[in-house]
Amino acid sequence: MKRLVNIQPGKGWRIILGLLPFILVLVIYLFASNARLVVNPNDKLLPSFGSFGEAIERMAIKEDRRTGKILLWTDTKASLQRLGMGIGISALIGLFFGILNGLIPVIRANLSPFISVLSMIPPLAILPILFIVFGLGELSKVVLIVFGIAPFVMRELQQRVQEIPKEQLIKAQTLGASTWQIMIRIILPQILPRLIDALRLSLGAAWLFLIAAEAIAATDGLGYRIFLVRRYLAMDVILPYVAWITFLAFLMDYGLRALSRFAFPWFEKETSGS
Amino acid sequence: MADNIINVSKVWKEYGDAVVLERLNLDVKEGEFCTIVGASGCGKTTFLRMLLGEEIPSRGNILLEDSPLPEEPTHDRGIVFQRYSVFPHLTVLQNVILGLEFTQSKFTGFLFGKAKRIAVNEAKEMIAAVGLSDARNKLPSALSGGMQQRLAIAQSLIKKPKILLLDEPFGALDPGIRADMHELILSLWDQTGTTVFMVTHDLKEGFSLGTRLLVFDKVRHDPQSPDRYGASITYDIPLGMTDEKILNKIKSTTGTD
Repeated sequence: MKRLVNIQPGKGWRIILGLLPFILVLVIYLFASNARLVVNPNDKLLPSFGSFGEAIERMAIKEDRRTGKILLWTDTKASLQRLGMGIGISALIGLFFGILNGLIPVIRANLSPFISVLSMIPPLAILPILFIVFGLGELSKVVLIVFGIAPFVMRELQQRVQEIPKEQLIKAQTLGASTWQIMIRIILPQILPRLIDALRLSLGAAWLFLIAAEAIAATDGLGYRIFLVRRYLAMDVILPYVAWITFLAFLMDYGLRALSRFAFPWFEKETSGS
Repeated sequence: MADNIINVSKVWKEYGDAVVLERLNLDVKEGEFCTIVGASGCGKTTFLRMLLGEEIPSRGNILLEDSPLPEEPTHDRGIVFQRYSVFPHLTVLQNVILGLEFTQSKFTGFLFGKAKRIAVNEAKEMIAAVGLSDARNKLPSALSGGMQQRLAIAQSLIKKPKILLLDEPFGALDPGIRADMHELILSLWDQTGTTVFMVTHDLKEGFSLGTRLLVFDKVRHDPQSPDRYGASITYDIPLGMTDEKILNKIKSTTGTD
C-alpha cells in the first residue's frame, strides 16, 4: 500500500470526488425540506424545489406586476454596473499608484505610508460618511467598493513592481531608456497580468461591499432584493439569488483568468516555468 | 592618456566599516578584453557595478574617455548579467529592437513605419550574428539558458556600447555550451572592437579568454577583523604571458579554481 500522499486519483475519480460534496448537500437539503413540509405544508424555511421553480419563474421570466420589469435582470444589471465601475476604477487607481510607488523611490517614500494607513480603515466603517457625502445614489456604492479594494490593489501592484528583477531595470537603462520609457515598455506590460491576478483576489471583497451597500440603501440590485424579501422569510427567492450571485462571481473569476491567458501568454510560461 | 578608455585612480569602496576595495588603479585601452577573477566576496562584481554606474566609488574616481563616469547606467556601457538580463514579455526580435526604440522614440517607446523597418533589419542582422535567427519570434521562456545569454549579448551590442560589461555571463551554463559562448563572444569582440570587462569565477575561463587578466585579492589581512582591509588588483597579466605556473600560483593565493 502506497502512502496517502502518493495516491493520485484518476480522472474519473477526480470528477466523482469533486461532485460528491455538492450531491451530498443537495440530498441532505431534500430530506430536511421534505421532513419539514410533511409536518407543515406552509413551511418557508426549507422550500421544495417546486416552489424554487415558481419563485424563479416569478423573478426571472415574468414581468413584475408593479414595475412591469423582470426583477432578476434589473437587479443583476444594477449590481453588475456598480461592481464593474467599482472594480474598473480600482484597477486604474491601483495601476497608476502601484507602478509609481513601486518604481520611483521618491514617490514611494511620499505615498506608501499613507496608502498603508488608508488600507487599514475598515471600509464599512466609513459607509455612513460616504452616504452623507455622496448621498444615497449610485456614487456612494461605487466609492465604497473602490475604497474597499483599491488600497489592496495598489499595495499588491507596488509589491509586484518591486519584485521585477533589478537587473531588468539596469539593463533597460543601459539600452538608453528614460524613466518614462521604463515605465511604459518594461513595467506596465509586465504588471498587467499581475493586475488581473490582484483583481481576481479582490472580487470577493468587491461583492461583499456591493451587497452591504445595497442592503442598506438601494432601490434595486441583487443585495437589495435578498434583504428586501428577507422580511417575508422568502427563502424560495433568497436561495436562487445566492446561487445566481455565486455563479456570476465564478464567471467573473473565470473570465479574468481566461483574459490573462489569452492576452499574456508569456506570463503563464514565466510563472509556471520558474 | 587619450588612448585609455577607462582610467581608474585610487578608488576605494566601503560599506560602513567594511572595506571592499582599496587603492584600485587601472588603465584600460580601447579594444582590450579584460577578464576579472578572484575569490567570492573579493569585490570583483562591486568593481563591475562601479564601471556600470550602479555603485559609486567611496573615494577616488573613474574616467570614461577622460571624463567622469556618469553616476547611473547609460547607453555607453552595455551589461549582461548571469540571469534576468532579457525581458520575459518580449520576443527575441522585440528584445533586440528595444534598444533602438528607446533612443529613437522618446515618448511612445515604439517605432512605426519606415523607422520600424530599418530597426527590424538592423536587429535581424544582430540576431543572426549571435545565431538566434531561427528563434526570432520566440519568447525568452522558450529559449535555453545559453540562447538567453546570446540574446542578452545581442540586445546590448545593438547599442554599440563603448564598453561591454559581462557579470559571470556563462556561470549558469553547461561546459559544452560555455565553450560555444566563448567562441561567440571572442568573434563578436573581434568584429566590433568593443572594450570588454568580464567577471568570472572560473579561472580557466579567465586564462583562455581576453587580452588581459586581472586578479582581485586582498593584499593585507587582519585576522581579528576580516573587513578591515579591502581587495585590490594583485595580478595584471597580458594574454600570452599566462602559463601553468602562474595559474597554480593564483589558484593557491585566491583559493579559486
